[in-house]
Amino acid sequence: MTFRLNHDRFRDAVLELIRLASTDMSPDVVKAITMARDNEDAGSAAKSVLNVILQNITAAQDGSTPICQDTGTNIHYITIPVGVSMRAVEKAVIEATRLATAKAYLRPNSVDSVTGKNSGDNTGIMSPYFHFEEWDKPAIEIKLALKGGGSENVSGQYKLPDATLEAGRNMEGVYKCVVDMVFKAQGQGCAPGIMGVGIGGDRATSMIVAKKQLFRKLDDLNPDPDLASMEERLLQDLNKLGIGPMGFGGKTTALAVKIGKAHRLPASFFVSLAYMCWADRRRTMTYSEDEVRYD
Amino acid sequence: MIKINLPTDEAKIRSLKVGDEVSIDGIMVTGRDAAHSWMLDEKPDEIRELLKGSMIYHCGPVVDKKDGEWRFVAAGPTTSIREEPYQGPVMKEYGIRAAIGKGGMGAKTLAALKELGAVYLHAVGGAATILAQSVKKVHDVIRLEEFGVPEAMWVIEVEDFRAVVTMDSHGNSLHDTVKAKSEKIRNELLGL
Repeated sequence: MTFRLNHDRFRDAVLELIRLASTDMSPDVVKAITMARDNEDAGSAAKSVLNVILQNITAAQDGSTPICQDTGTNIHYITIPVGVSMRAVEKAVIEATRLATAKAYLRPNSVDSVTGKNSGDNTGIMSPYFHFEEWDKPAIEIKLALKGGGSENVSGQYKLPDATLEAGRNMEGVYKCVVDMVFKAQGQGCAPGIMGVGIGGDRATSMIVAKKQLFRKLDDLNPDPDLASMEERLLQDLNKLGIGPMGFGGKTTALAVKIGKAHRLPASFFVSLAYMCWADRRRTMTYSEDEVRYD
Repeated sequence: MIKINLPTDEAKIRSLKVGDEVSIDGIMVTGRDAAHSWMLDEKPDEIRELLKGSMIYHCGPVVDKKDGEWRFVAAGPTTSIREEPYQGPVMKEYGIRAAIGKGGMGAKTLAALKELGAVYLHAVGGAATILAQSVKKVHDVIRLEEFGVPEAMWVIEVEDFRAVVTMDSHGNSLHDTVKAKSEKIRNELLGL
């Protein structure tokens, strides 16, 4: 079976994917924020912040305007059928990114690291960013995350063992790393956050595993029982920290914890945290020759 | 809710305490990293009039231009701590009465707020669409070409712009309080 890529139709479908990601929050995230709001004490700053956040989500959806002005780094995880050109897909996505910037769904966010010059259209070296995989289905899937800078700046990576945390090379050590990173982030990453955690890998793949967790539905269950119980324990304990929405104090510091693992070298044990702000903007498009679906 | 009209003065700002919610009307100016280093290094005169008694908003907006007029589309606060080396000296140089941003600032800024009679105001991070709706008019933009859209200084007229005082002019910081409390719990959780 051959898959024919209609450039214009595909580019326009990607433009809609970007619009949805930037302006229309996924229902599972809205649900988690609503539950958090209901759980905070009446009259608290935490409740008031979460109410503003929910009002903002509705206003952004109504006006098709960005939920957050930091529309972030555009990260694409793309799966293509056999025989589809990665370069053709990249070209169409880059065109869609330029159009989305012109339509103010995205802020011009791509800056030359040496000269400081903003390219003005969200394109540049490794910008936007693509991960490609291949599958047997006659469809292209794009998972797009818009990852804001504030939350990216408080993301991090530890290596075990860690003497200052008295953390060893085991799951207890992983627990300590995550608690410490979220403590250090305070409200800076726009708490309450969604914590994508990657265990193992090398420095790069560890963070990729962490970031991939951010595409999971917030109310899903990890099929790995060890990781599932660690996710539950961390979520409960992170919310004991009392950092709260925006760091004003409160019961909700994390909305979810999602953990993935990769095999590691015997010599290395990395723990990576991809901290995602409450404005957890990610959408998935499944594009085939006869239909386009968004989730 | 405490109403503040810009430009404001020292007495009004000294009356504010951590936890107070404010609603701001008047003209303020956005400024991020490029603007702060420009103000500190070159001390440009063209912005003195604008900033005296006003506020600097740590924000890199999404903007749109229709019929030759700029409009704010999304404009929440950015992380303020990046301006920590600059904020105090810049406030002093230009007579700025508040910095508005998110995440709070450090000891150097807290000391400057006390000395100058200024405050740090926290807006809700990420609430970009509703904060942009309180921007009624874009009066001007400074250094757009050189700094780019997010880093340029946008001169904006706001109405009912909401924020919370999280650092006041009496040496109090909500961020320090929350950090100290959460550190105790972190140590218990880690068995340290």
